[in-house]
Amino acid sequence: MAVIETKNLTYTYPGGTKPSIRDVSIKIGKGEFALITGPSGCGKTTLCRCFNGLIPHFYQGELKGEISVAELNVTEHQIYELAKHVGLVFQNPENQLFALSVEKDVAFGLENLGVPREEMRKRVDWALNLTGIYDLRERAPYELSGGQQQRVAIASVLAMQPEVIVLDEPTSFLDPLSAKKIFEVIHELNRRLGVTVVLVEHRLDLTARYADHIVIMDEGKIVLDGGPREILNSEEARLIGVGIPKATRLYQMLEKDGMKLGNTIPLSSDELATLLKEVLKA
Amino acid sequence: MIEVEDIYFTYPNGVEALKGVSLTIRNGEFVAIMGQNGAGKTTLVKHFNGLLRPNKGKVLVDGVETTKVSVATLSRNVGFVFQNPDHQLFSETVEQEIAFGLRNFGFKENVIKRRVTWALNLLGLAQYRKTSPFMLSGGERKRVALASVLAWNPKILILDEPTIGQDYQQKEKLRQFILQMKAQRKTTLIVTHDVEFVAECNPRVLLMQDGKIVADGEAIRVLTDPDVLTQASIVPPQVSQIFLQLSDIEAPKNVIDIYEARKILLNILEKRPNERF
Amino acid sequence: MSVFDGLRFRKVYSPIHNLDPRIKFVYVCAIFVVAIIFWELLPLMVLFVMQIPIVLLAGVKRQWLRSMRGAAFLAAIIFLTNFIVAFIGAGYTVTAKSLENAAAMTMRFVVLVESFSVFFLTTSPDHLGLALEQTHVPYEFCFAFTTAVRFVPVLAEEAQTIMDAQKARGLELERGSFLKRIRNYIPILIPLIVSAIRRSLELAEAMESRAWGTAKKRTNLYVLRMHKGDLVLAAITAGILATAIYIHLYIPIPSLHELLGSLL
Repeated sequence: MAVIETKNLTYTYPGGTKPSIRDVSIKIGKGEFALITGPSGCGKTTLCRCFNGLIPHFYQGELKGEISVAELNVTEHQIYELAKHVGLVFQNPENQLFALSVEKDVAFGLENLGVPREEMRKRVDWALNLTGIYDLRERAPYELSGGQQQRVAIASVLAMQPEVIVLDEPTSFLDPLSAKKIFEVIHELNRRLGVTVVLVEHRLDLTARYADHIVIMDEGKIVLDGGPREILNSEEARLIGVGIPKATRLYQMLEKDGMKLGNTIPLSSDELATLLKEVLKA
Repeated sequence: MIEVEDIYFTYPNGVEALKGVSLTIRNGEFVAIMGQNGAGKTTLVKHFNGLLRPNKGKVLVDGVETTKVSVATLSRNVGFVFQNPDHQLFSETVEQEIAFGLRNFGFKENVIKRRVTWALNLLGLAQYRKTSPFMLSGGERKRVALASVLAWNPKILILDEPTIGQDYQQKEKLRQFILQMKAQRKTTLIVTHDVEFVAECNPRVLLMQDGKIVADGEAIRVLTDPDVLTQASIVPPQVSQIFLQLSDIEAPKNVIDIYEARKILLNILEKRPNERF
Repeated sequence: MSVFDGLRFRKVYSPIHNLDPRIKFVYVCAIFVVAIIFWELLPLMVLFVMQIPIVLLAGVKRQWLRSMRGAAFLAAIIFLTNFIVAFIGAGYTVTAKSLENAAAMTMRFVVLVESFSVFFLTTSPDHLGLALEQTHVPYEFCFAFTTAVRFVPVLAEEAQTIMDAQKARGLELERGSFLKRIRNYIPILIPLIVSAIRRSLELAEAMESRAWGTAKKRTNLYVLRMHKGDLVLAAITAGILATAIYIHLYIPIPSLHELLGSLL
């Protein structure tokens, strides 16, 4: 059952001369961990904004085609209604935090929804614990590192208990170690709670291993859509110019040289190392 | 070219950012300064153009102590490209933006015209000459900021986190550009935490941790040393991660380049008695 | 700038910090009213001294002194202005009365700075925001207030970064004629403004994405509740007001020089 489904979605920003996304038709299933990637300007950010209604309600412009999220037609529901079902985490951690303490920020969405105080308290503590920032709950956002701030953003979206969490390049401003930690948190949420995750990222070496489904976009269109192993091992993916994990590239190159290392295409250095060790032991 | 003699620096809010740093950077070197957030990398490079002055110790750029001259004077030779181009862009056209630095440094109008054209062409921005910089995309704005610094041809170029927000192809172009600078013997420093990018460029690496330099050497050695990397909380580049896990097999340790890796692995795999087809 | 320093909140914990900001504000307003009621120097001096125990109890002595020092300049101007006017009015002679009047006006100003300073030093911005919300100020204003405070350190840092970035392109901020120096701030102001606009857009997106504007009534994670201490402060405030009004109406207040004269 698809929790996000689009059919021939095309969108042009107001004043834009050409559409930012064209004929986008995708299906994201419940509980999936979907990865969306592609070169800068390919339309992935635009697509994210369609998922929670910022397009068309906030940005106006021209939206054609069909889009439904959590079985709601996006064009017919206001952003605040959709917010209960789709959470969106943005790139810049600083500009998503409003309040003067972490827990007040996590509660922000719930306050807007008019959730009663006791229920709110429970959900806030729950979200803080899941993202591992319970001890930071009384700190001010300015005092936190980028990685901590992003976890607050994730917690504040999580507290609203949506079916889908969309994250638009959440680790752009973070160093690789903090980025790793964020991806682990997201993976946990997907695994333990069954929250559908849609992650837009360039860092495929850190994220491909978690994905069930990968979508590669280029110039507003979907170019590749399917399982991560086959897609990332394909020639097309290489030609588009996305950051294919080096382990996958090596596997590809060695295969071309006549060395097939096994049938499972590796997506991380761990997987490739394991493959190599097996081959060399035999 | 740049000499740092045992400098210490503490921010007004009490944070000790540099605790005894010494190093020498020679003419034409390409150096990557790496480390976790808060290790002191940006603090260190800000001493090279005088934005910060050390509390203890000396910094000499081209033989001149930085405490004796203004930031503007030092910047003539040390071009600092900041991380966020939006902190610098303010002009009506890209042309004017690039001319800004040139004007500040007192270049003559005809020289300015030539240099602007040169910088526009070098970074593929010629078609945007009369465009407002605010109309350009993120990557293009980054190129404008870079062009505006290159225009006055500083001897030393410092890039602060140039790869943030860039996709794979943009990073490739940046890598090519830096190699060009290297070929022209321009001293280039990049402050970055992007290990993959550094692995592909293979510069000299200065690894910082907690206000000190913990490693200084070729990328191929520093980025494959597991102890040093753990100490500095750095994730090793993907290729060296693979080889770090093959420690019980007879494989060389210092590999960061994917083509090197391919050669080595082919060698190892071919030496085996029974091969897969 | 040190005047503003005296107004910045510090995270210290004292009984004063824990008082309900609404009551504290009523107290400050009462002091304001009392200061206006009296024109005589003596009661104003009493008012000033009366609040010092509060400063000490709140543990904000150092910052408070800084704000007092910052206000000293303005206080001196007020004193001089009042004195000169009285001087001229008394026919270019110095009288004890005119000196005392000028001192009284100055003391009025000092008392106000003193009490407002204590208020802001002991009330965190979120407490203030919460107080605003609970006194039914429309949420948009409360939100604007707390968000503004939340971004002050961010904007300050950004302004510094922009200045550094432009200095690194040869911009000289300290040299040149007055006009040139103002023009040199354009490369600082424009990126700052553009960045603020961009930031606002991103914030708006984030707000919308967290259900801002849901038709129902808004709830709050925190609630301000009155405690014993607040009731005590309320009682004290009422007492001060009542006493002040009584004294003003029924008890003649001697001027300082008369008092000193009768004592000597």
